[in-house]
Amino acid sequence: MAGDVETRGCVSGIRVAESRISRLEMLQRPLVVTAQVDLVLVLVSVLALWTRLSHLSYPNAVVFDEVYYGQFVSLYMKRVFFIDDSGPPLGHMILALGAYLGGFDGNFVWNRIGAEYPSSVSVWSLRLLPALCGALCVPLVYLLTLELRFSHLSALGAALLLLLENSLIVQSRFMLLESVLIFFVLLAFFSYLRFHNTPDSSWFRYSWLLLCGASCAAAVGVKYMGVFSYLLLLGVASLHTWNLIGDQTVSVCVQCVCRFVCLLVVPVLLYVFWFYIHLSLLNRSGPHDQLMSSAFQASLQGGLSRITQGQPLEVAYGSQVTLRSSASQPIPCWLHSHKANYPIRYENGRGSSHQQQVTCYPFKDVNNWWIVKDPGSQELVVGSPPRPVRHGDVIQLVHGMTSRFLNSHDVAAPMSPHAQEVSGYINFNVSMAAQNLWRVDISNREAESEVWKTILSEVRLVHVNTSAVLKLSGVSLPDWGFRQLEVVAEKLFKGHSSSLGWTVEEHRYGISQEQKEREAELHSPTHIDVDRKISFWAKFLELQWKMLTVKQEDSEHKYSSSPLEWITMETNIAYWLHSSTNAQIHLIGNPVSWGVANLSLLAYQLLAAVYLLRRRRGFKDLPDGVWCQFVRLGCVCVGGWVVNFVPFLLMEKTLFLYHYLPALCYLYLLSPALLEHAHTHLLSNVTHRRALCVCVAAMLSSVFLSYRTFCPLTYGSPELSANQLQGLRWRDTWDILYRRR
Amino acid sequence: WPNRTVQSFSRRDTSTLRNRKTFPLSEKTFQTPSTAVSKDKNSRTGGQSSEDDTHRVLLMLVVGLSFSTRLYKITEPPHVCWDETHFGKMGSYYINRTFFFDVHPPLGKMLIGLAGYITGYDGTFPFIKPGDKYEHHNYWGMRGFCAVLGSFLPIFAYLIVLELSQSHTAALITASLLIFDTGCISISQYILLDPILMFFIMAAVLSMVKFNQQRHRPFTAPWWLWLVLIGVNLAGALGVKFVGLFVIVLVGLNTVWDLWRLLGDLSLSLVDIAKHFLARVVGLILLPLFIYVTIFAIHFVVLNKSGPGDGFFSSAFQSRLIGNNLHNASMPEYLAYGSTITVKNLRIAGGYLHSHWHLYPEGVGARQQQVTAYLHKDYNNLWLVHRQDNNTSQSGTPDLVRHGDIIRLEHKETTRNLHSHLHEAPLTKKHFQVTGYGTNGTGDTNDLWQVEVCGGRKGDLVKVLRSKVRFLHRATGCVLYSSGKTLPKWGWEQVEVTCSPYLKETPSSQWNIEDHINPRLPNISLSVLKPHFLEILLESHIIMIRGNSGLKPKDNEMNSKPWHWPINYQGLRFSGVNETEYRVYLLGNPVIWWMNLATLGLYLIMVAVASVALQRGFSLEHACVLMRGGGLLLLGWLLHYVPFYTMGRVLYYHHYFPAMLFNTMLTGITLDILLKSADLLLRPPYSDWLQRVGQMAFLFTVLYSFYLFHPLSYGMTGPLAHEPGSAMAGLKWMDSWEF
Repeated sequence: MAGDVETRGCVSGIRVAESRISRLEMLQRPLVVTAQVDLVLVLVSVLALWTRLSHLSYPNAVVFDEVYYGQFVSLYMKRVFFIDDSGPPLGHMILALGAYLGGFDGNFVWNRIGAEYPSSVSVWSLRLLPALCGALCVPLVYLLTLELRFSHLSALGAALLLLLENSLIVQSRFMLLESVLIFFVLLAFFSYLRFHNTPDSSWFRYSWLLLCGASCAAAVGVKYMGVFSYLLLLGVASLHTWNLIGDQTVSVCVQCVCRFVCLLVVPVLLYVFWFYIHLSLLNRSGPHDQLMSSAFQASLQGGLSRITQGQPLEVAYGSQVTLRSSASQPIPCWLHSHKANYPIRYENGRGSSHQQQVTCYPFKDVNNWWIVKDPGSQELVVGSPPRPVRHGDVIQLVHGMTSRFLNSHDVAAPMSPHAQEVSGYINFNVSMAAQNLWRVDISNREAESEVWKTILSEVRLVHVNTSAVLKLSGVSLPDWGFRQLEVVAEKLFKGHSSSLGWTVEEHRYGISQEQKEREAELHSPTHIDVDRKISFWAKFLELQWKMLTVKQEDSEHKYSSSPLEWITMETNIAYWLHSSTNAQIHLIGNPVSWGVANLSLLAYQLLAAVYLLRRRRGFKDLPDGVWCQFVRLGCVCVGGWVVNFVPFLLMEKTLFLYHYLPALCYLYLLSPALLEHAHTHLLSNVTHRRALCVCVAAMLSSVFLSYRTFCPLTYGSPELSANQLQGLRWRDTWDILYRRR
Repeated sequence: WPNRTVQSFSRRDTSTLRNRKTFPLSEKTFQTPSTAVSKDKNSRTGGQSSEDDTHRVLLMLVVGLSFSTRLYKITEPPHVCWDETHFGKMGSYYINRTFFFDVHPPLGKMLIGLAGYITGYDGTFPFIKPGDKYEHHNYWGMRGFCAVLGSFLPIFAYLIVLELSQSHTAALITASLLIFDTGCISISQYILLDPILMFFIMAAVLSMVKFNQQRHRPFTAPWWLWLVLIGVNLAGALGVKFVGLFVIVLVGLNTVWDLWRLLGDLSLSLVDIAKHFLARVVGLILLPLFIYVTIFAIHFVVLNKSGPGDGFFSSAFQSRLIGNNLHNASMPEYLAYGSTITVKNLRIAGGYLHSHWHLYPEGVGARQQQVTAYLHKDYNNLWLVHRQDNNTSQSGTPDLVRHGDIIRLEHKETTRNLHSHLHEAPLTKKHFQVTGYGTNGTGDTNDLWQVEVCGGRKGDLVKVLRSKVRFLHRATGCVLYSSGKTLPKWGWEQVEVTCSPYLKETPSSQWNIEDHINPRLPNISLSVLKPHFLEILLESHIIMIRGNSGLKPKDNEMNSKPWHWPINYQGLRFSGVNETEYRVYLLGNPVIWWMNLATLGLYLIMVAVASVALQRGFSLEHACVLMRGGGLLLLGWLLHYVPFYTMGRVLYYHHYFPAMLFNTMLTGITLDILLKSADLLLRPPYSDWLQRVGQMAFLFTVLYSFYLFHPLSYGMTGPLAHEPGSAMAGLKWMDSWEF
């Protein structure tokens, strides 16, 4: 196979040789550009592009997780805020960029797999960017193998394995994120090794390090899974830096700082930058608003900001407010009361105070309005000038529609008997005095006498008589409480809990003292105006925290699998089935390559163990340079496999076969390099070497054959008959669909 | 400049260190950390005898203080505190020989039972709930036993640190931290597994450190002694709680490291290395395994009466227990139509086929009655065997069920039929849902199941208890299956039952008929195959592990998170809540715990600085102790702390205590080296003064904080801390503390 082919006069320059002679002489000589083009590299790139990009818009229907990512793409097009706990926003933004370039307007309902795209949607552009990334992985693997200091033949082998891997092809050809992730991970390793291999003298090499940092940030930004590879890269880099520090002949301070900046500071900043773009793109309120704090919601156009726009900032005596619980679990809700009392006896025989129910209600309602009252005066209107309520002040809360006072007493709460009941006080003359004083405790205050602010302040309401704290217990009441959420006062509050905090969301200064007028006032929409903003950092931190903590109910999926099944490819995933024929697309790997990968993983470990033990006993089988190369191979490839596989064993998420693909790519890097190692250093006999070459040739051709065999399931065409499909079911556990005719 | 000091130090070191008895013969191979032995407590010119004397005096001091702090007020409060209700009860079970089930291995409870037995406790106290008065029952023996084991912790820590750092100061710092920590005192004073567990952990670490010290005299008597002691203590630690695994990992890593060192020693032949290897296999694997298995053997021999733990175990296991209805059971031998049966899954801890008056909630398959697997014995486990066509002959002997017959299983209590259909199962989405359907035994064709005896042929009879039976669903061809997954709250946290389309024979799809009631058939005495000991062992382990992971945190309950622990965020109420009650609150002495935490950070900084300095070619005198000794302890801390982050089970504050011990030992070494490093800044007389002042300040802080917080351990009554009249007034430094 041809290695480097030198062509003169070629336009695309990889290396431009310039003669360092005087300008005059230069003018006398002809202008010469020398370029080296690795034709093999070009060839594999073209093949990769062809396998990944041909017939990209077939099938013209929603395939598997496109249904999931598609809705976010639509939301980007409409610039509506959303929150997705599956990963940081860069991946979604890349997909959205593709859609944007193709002129997608976001008007498509992503509701089921297999739904046909209308002609207005440019499917090709939706899928283009992931497919490009997937195709570029192939030349990257080629270059990476070269940077690991293995030969062009090994590089070609690795590129071929990746090229002919059906699962990677499938995963690249649709609007999915794995191929993008793999691309950035490979790019990061390639650029780091390029940096490491470039001689110390040139400052230009730091641009490679910078590229490495940027691709790390991109990898982490696409999927959290990128963190694993990033950490591995940091480990390798710190090992190198450590050796550098040990070199006592040079001063290393500047180099260390450069590496620190490029590999830690830059990625962190870029990661935040993805969020910055994300948040500046999405500035309209949308379906996930409720998960965020009031202040965050108020920063989005429409939604809460429309209501809260122009509200007075400082809560004063006489203010009419709605109080939203800071807990987003189980559901965001507002402090509420209504004309219904606690039942005299609960189902389990315990008694109650029979006073008016106080609950937390997840919908906007006129019964969510409360009036802040000064205990020392009868006024329910805001005086002029308004007297603001400060941290530590004692207030009463009057329910707007029923005029009952928010009250708590030593009666067990309906569902959480360890806590106190909270009620709207009704005097039944049963020697139960009103205990309706509450102290305002602003938990995010900056000064001791801070004013209670709308939306911004998170307050705890501490019951003065019992020092219990008003709390959303999270339990829903039975039918007598209309299934609303229970509110209690809990005596021994334990540290910080979001269920103790309440925020004023809607707010206005009350102007009517008379009950009837006040009811009318409460029914009317809020108005008045003030402007408020929260900083990008506050939004970033809140969003990131929410994304990490919001957990969706995980349940098993029909095609989910456990990590140990991935090694043997126990399960497949059906991605798409034609609505009338047997044409279908599956995520199935190339079984032969898969086997080769597993074998090489085993072989490397055995070989490394033998080498290590023998070296420890003083037998140096390999010269130091080769040993370094072997160790580096292990660190990157086996290490990469380990960090991308082992963490899944500890996860309790629903997992799918495609989570294994990054780990698999590392193994494809490993296999040819290991074969080359065996060829040059293990086999001394010429016959053995020849036998190995024959084996490799046979292996590659069987890889190609099995790739051909599974092509119909990879590209979804041509359609196969039931018998042929049966023949492709190489494992009993694979689920291949047949249409009954 | 630093080099000069190092030389002068090391010269003095060898002169003092040589006086130690354990000092090896050849000086050249010896690589102990070059540290000065504590300067404040002994005269530098002192000979061997004064060195030994100091050591003895200090050790006696530690022993005395340790025992007196732990045994003080041991009998108070005279009522059941916190988990005493479990472990005291289980100790009583051993005395009464009643079989029970617990998620921990048996050694700890056996020792508690033994201690109770020796000190005259008769096992009659019921230990129903915390707060019950002991009255005339002899409980002090069990508490005293735990306290004695707990008293060894500071002593072991002292010896370990002394061995690692060769510095009495470091050892004393560690010992004083542990002696005056209210948390360590409280947790040692009650009938709990933790003092026993920590005793074994620390003993194992001590033996390991001593063993490492013997590395230059392999295969001598002390070498063997310490090796065997490691093995014994490892078995003990694992025998008390599975947390003991962490110390096994620690010892394992240490051993691997040691073997790797030996392998690199080219003066040793391969035969020598093989000997070393085999010795460790015997001492650290086979011996602990043997002891561990023996513990279980004793457990099963002692507990031979039926008790509350029966239902968790297989039918074969239950037949061993006196009083169980399967012990010398007699019932009709072959399954017949019209019989009432219970069906038990063959998967270990599989549970009985169960149903109850509750429907699957909306959105979970069809809204029909739930069918689950349930581990306890219950009348809802009873099923009636019917023919498919419903005409059971009323007279004469009933017909027997044969391999291949089509039957219908009717739930006795609710008269619904066992039913399956093409809906997804609630958790295992690849399987079909199993429900109870129909009324009074009338359902549809989806209620029919084909009986298949594993390994049987058409026409074979179904033996009760001994046949493995599979139930194949007639309409869909799937097989009745227990997935082992726990259903959410709507399913009462029972185990999911599904119908699996994958027909592989696994224990999950095999069932046996356990109870068989048919008045019209003669009862025949069955001698069930007695299970092999190893089968029992495996079975009980799987049940324990499943039980452990089944301890999920409940909703609405404030549960402790691992990050709470090192910052002493929240303690545990051992006894009492109100102002009138006698209150004991398990909480570490905050001064000590926060000091530990700060020192941990300090340690990391010091190691980072030291290793960069070493890498750049400087030499530091204490680096070896800091990195080797400290590294070992840091590893211990990590191993006993980090795994809790990955655990799904419910966690408590007291899980941190083993890690806290390692942290404290690390504090001892770090602070000592920090003080000694004063000479990097100051000239000799001043640096010595600084060191002395630092030590005094430290001692004073610890003692004063102990004086402040001692009521947490030794009990307090009267008003709570937020009121001025309380003994703890002003000491509630964190809102989350509940005293």
